[in-house]
Amino acid sequence: MTAASKQPFGAASYLSRPSTMVGPARRKRFIALFALLPALVIFCAFWLLPFSRLIMMGAGADPSSGVSAYLTILTHRQYLISLATTVGLSLVVSLVAVAIAGVAGFFLARQRFFGKSILVAILTFPLAFPGVVVGFLVIMLGGRQGALAQTSLWLFGERWMFAYSLAGLFIGYLYFSIPRVITTVMAACDNLDQSLEEAARSLGANTWQVTKDVIVPGIAPALLSTGAICFATSMGAFGTAFTLGTRLSILPLNIYGEFTNYANFAMAAALSVVLGVITWMALSLARRLAGGNLGASV
Amino acid sequence: MSSSVSITLHQCSRTFAGDNTALQPLDLQVNAGETLVLLGPSGCGKTTTLRIISGLESPDKGGQVMFGERDVTALPIEQRDVGMVFQNYALFPNMSVADNIAYGLKIQRLPRAEIAHRLDEVMHMVDLQGFGDRRIDALSGGQKQRVALARAIAVRPKVLLFDEPLAALDAKLRDRLRIEIGQLLRELGTTAVYVTHDQDEAMALGDRIAVMQAGRIAQLGTPQEIYHQPANAFVADFIGAVNCLDVISTRADGGLVVNGGELIAAHLQGVSTVYCRPEDIQVVSVDQADVKGKVVQSIFLGQTQRLMVDTGGASPLQIEAPSRQRWPNGTAIGLALPSSVLFHPDKPTAPVNAKEMAND
Repeated sequence: MTAASKQPFGAASYLSRPSTMVGPARRKRFIALFALLPALVIFCAFWLLPFSRLIMMGAGADPSSGVSAYLTILTHRQYLISLATTVGLSLVVSLVAVAIAGVAGFFLARQRFFGKSILVAILTFPLAFPGVVVGFLVIMLGGRQGALAQTSLWLFGERWMFAYSLAGLFIGYLYFSIPRVITTVMAACDNLDQSLEEAARSLGANTWQVTKDVIVPGIAPALLSTGAICFATSMGAFGTAFTLGTRLSILPLNIYGEFTNYANFAMAAALSVVLGVITWMALSLARRLAGGNLGASV
Repeated sequence: MSSSVSITLHQCSRTFAGDNTALQPLDLQVNAGETLVLLGPSGCGKTTTLRIISGLESPDKGGQVMFGERDVTALPIEQRDVGMVFQNYALFPNMSVADNIAYGLKIQRLPRAEIAHRLDEVMHMVDLQGFGDRRIDALSGGQKQRVALARAIAVRPKVLLFDEPLAALDAKLRDRLRIEIGQLLRELGTTAVYVTHDQDEAMALGDRIAVMQAGRIAQLGTPQEIYHQPANAFVADFIGAVNCLDVISTRADGGLVVNGGELIAAHLQGVSTVYCRPEDIQVVSVDQADVKGKVVQSIFLGQTQRLMVDTGGASPLQIEAPSRQRWPNGTAIGLALPSSVLFHPDKPTAPVNAKEMAND
């Protein structure tokens, strides 16, 4: 032991030989950079470059209005309605999906019965369907030749249809949202501490109070995050909407229309950025809320 | 405080799916105001018994649960007026300490002033004054269990049920909280059932202890009865350590020949095994010894030390010896086993005369 090494902070010996400390550190950093290079290249090539180009394109002038496409979206009724419709539809779909599938998921997580695994498999099967198939299924149900039209024609002499309207979109989006919520809620219920419910019951809480005070707060993070994912998926769903009709005024179809029909790249880019930003905000908000609650678990 | 109530289980059995019998038909009476400890290894049925009393489980058909004169067999837990404390605390993470404790009172729709009063009262009882606004995840394990305790007693239940409440805490905290729970139970005078696998906890808290084994009650009695007159070898071994000495032969004068020596025990004629506790065996000089052997291992425990003494039997005898003395391995040692400390489950214990006690 030398006197220097006994110094309280050991600073002198550290400073006297800087090269031996920095050398390995620098080499380590270099290796880390080298190992991260492929990821960086991919990030730049497929995300940073196209996305910054998209953002800049959106700032370009819209041919019809002559001002920036972002400004056009905010000032033209047609785009605002489309924006509101898309957000509103996605919001309602998410809420309804969480309400329906939350209850079903809780039931499936708690009950044991014959054929349960088969039922769960059937319920989650739509996850495997692409949007276009979902659209097709909605048409078979509520389209011109659909089951509802056939039945109403036979009963009342007229064809009842909903497939080609927002109602059709609603049904289609709900269809692919429900399986997501069910699987997430089932997993969340499995993780719920059953003794919390038992404690609440021992204090006199009835089923409704246990649900309100223990179960819903317990699975709230899962409900929030799965709801946000439903919202994001519905915001960007293209296949289903395209199958049901290109005249529906929702953002993904608008982007497609501006791009292919009018070659209005500025507007297509601006709409894409708006769509992306709203979706990202919803997801990060949900993550934040859910994170705050998750921290409170026992 | 609410007047306490007795608990009676009548022929309560419990069979789970797949013919898995957790509990054999069981009769059990918990007297009003008494603390009964259900003690046993895991899987012995103690938690199932507690859950049947609470109403979280139903007994198989034919079983009956009575609180006092009232048959509560068909009532779910929320109508039984019980307070329950769980091993993992089971506090509501989305509520503050005060909201947790007041939860049962709010469910009962008590007036706000009464809730505030009771909250003050129980938080004082469990020494949590000033913690009302804390979040649950900002509490230590011991504080969490105090909150759970306060929440259970706040509703002034007829019956308090504890499901291994201290098992998740470290040793020091466990001892402290055990003493506090004991004081609280005496103060409240509420009938309580306490499940544990820890014999020290059982002895310290139980007015009576039911030692359970494989879905049955192996013995029911006061801590003293359970320790000094265990009903069988399982109970003797589960509560504290016990030595088993095989009787090789009985001499004409009644002496029992065992490995390493001979024992005098008039009350144990005809038994094949004699039991005694390690702390009841005394180390004496070899020429005065009842039994002689060699030390094969000594384990230092702080207050005392445990000596393993080979007397030629199948397993060495365990002896509790003073902590400061040294017995290197291989030391020849003499042991005194007076008749008063020898017992057998099937025989009454030896009458202890005052003179012998005075000599100890």
